[in-house]
Amino acid sequence: MKALVWHGTTDIRCDSVPDPQIEHPRDAIIKVTSCAICGSDLHLYDHFMPGMKSGDIMGHESMGEVVEVGPEAKGKLKVGDRVVIPFTIICGECDQCKRGNFSVCERTNRNGHIAAKAFGHTTAGLFGYTHLTGGYPGGQAEYLRVPFADATHIKVPSTLSDEQLLFLSDIFPTGWQAAVQCDIEPTDTVAIWGAGPVGQMAIRSAILLGAKQVIAIDRVPERLDMARAGGAITINFDEESVIERLNELTNGKGPEKCIDSVGMEAHAAGTVDAMYDRVKQATMMETDRPHVLREMAYVCRPAGTLSVPGVYGGLLDKIPFGAIMNKGLTIRTGQTHVNRWTDDLLRRIEEGQIDPSFVITHTVGLDEGPDMYKIFRDKQDGCIKVVLKP
Amino acid sequence: MRYETERTRRRGHADTATDTLARGLGIFSIALGIAEVVAPRALARALGMKGQEGLIAGYGVREIATGIGILASKDPTPWIWGRVAGDGLDLATLATALEGRNPKKGNVGIAMAAVAGVTALDVYCAQTLSRESPHPLPPMQDYSDRTGYPRGIEQSHGAAKDFEVPRDFRTPEAMRPYTQPQAPQRPTPSM
Repeated sequence: MKALVWHGTTDIRCDSVPDPQIEHPRDAIIKVTSCAICGSDLHLYDHFMPGMKSGDIMGHESMGEVVEVGPEAKGKLKVGDRVVIPFTIICGECDQCKRGNFSVCERTNRNGHIAAKAFGHTTAGLFGYTHLTGGYPGGQAEYLRVPFADATHIKVPSTLSDEQLLFLSDIFPTGWQAAVQCDIEPTDTVAIWGAGPVGQMAIRSAILLGAKQVIAIDRVPERLDMARAGGAITINFDEESVIERLNELTNGKGPEKCIDSVGMEAHAAGTVDAMYDRVKQATMMETDRPHVLREMAYVCRPAGTLSVPGVYGGLLDKIPFGAIMNKGLTIRTGQTHVNRWTDDLLRRIEEGQIDPSFVITHTVGLDEGPDMYKIFRDKQDGCIKVVLKP
Repeated sequence: MRYETERTRRRGHADTATDTLARGLGIFSIALGIAEVVAPRALARALGMKGQEGLIAGYGVREIATGIGILASKDPTPWIWGRVAGDGLDLATLATALEGRNPKKGNVGIAMAAVAGVTALDVYCAQTLSRESPHPLPPMQDYSDRTGYPRGIEQSHGAAKDFEVPRDFRTPEAMRPYTQPQAPQRPTPSM
């Protein structure tokens, strides 16, 4: 089959690889009908996330049709079922899964001992996202093996298009969880750093949840345009001071809720801390560039909440924990517990409250995937979200 | 800025940091050039290069011209490469002052280190600019109709108020009064 394969920094190719096989009785194989490039895939493309090996198949946003089912998954799945595959692989049985904390499933990361060394405990297995999370082949391919398939799937109706459903795999529930972590009140101002795909979903989620005011911070004109379409006030951080503008929009009090949908590769031209991060990252003295976290901690209203769906990988420098502690801020973060939210979100799509397909700017074949990684990374051609059709 | 000025639009890049760096180097170039033109004797004295005041002033004129070129041109790339060449000339000239019994060798070393640092910035800037597309950017995509709300934003605003935030995701009750408008103006101190 064809698949997008990681070979090294900024080197992703569309290769021919062996078809996946059922390896465990709980497995299923799906024929991928649509998949997408996620912003977090760019951390692998740029090789800021360690743990990739040459030959790894990329991708963790996929959907398709079940073509083969292992004997222990047959009670929950059958050939022909239409499914979206969540990016977190879940067993559905461990203590964390029972609590709905699917992204920290205790069983599905087959390299859990490595994750435990890095993070103290294992986290869930993920598709196509380093050997730290199990080294599972990803879904930017014609076929995908789904481990623990009896639990790791979202059945979807035939009445909706792939484009409306695909993002249940990651970015829609990720933006939603980011907003839910804020426990939004009708009087809240929600400031969202990063108007990429997750930021766009967080904007719509905050609107759906009834925030008084949503503010999006970015510098790419098309992203700001799309954020405004979603109901956000926008701040171009290249043109104006984020802190001054946020204070102005909140009568000097700062936003109650702040969402970091940027993560480890923040671009903040001209700030001292951004230059500091660049130098430290280039000299391998820091893994992440946490400019957004610093800015959020500084500007957030006392007793407010910092919600962090953006991906961070390791050790962060110069985090103003004094501000966080003295202002009594709450930090909520984590990979998304996808299946915890998807039944509710699917209903909202069906009811027409939201149509996540608004975010798609490019649809191409799998063979054009490598080029699209670069275009997406460089924010060229108005690129916000790429869907691949294997 | 990417779409905000003709200059960056023409070069077709999305990296405003490099553009800012180029402008900064242009301003630095003019400032250094003025210093060299106005005070060549003082500089020559500090570097132990007496007798070369004319050369220093000439280099100052070169710096000013390059700086103006960077700031005034639509594409500063060739001017930044010009700075790289000038840096080489400066380093070569300073190297001659290390020979013999120059009592100001220490100052010359400091000056060379400073020039080397600026050279690194110049090379980085020139290389980054050279990698950028010389072709104009395509017109900006219009996403103003990409609302994502099939029933309109008014209908969707607050449509998920029926959602019950799970207990483990709620704001701690103790914090809630401080972020809400009905918060007590003078909360009772706890200590």
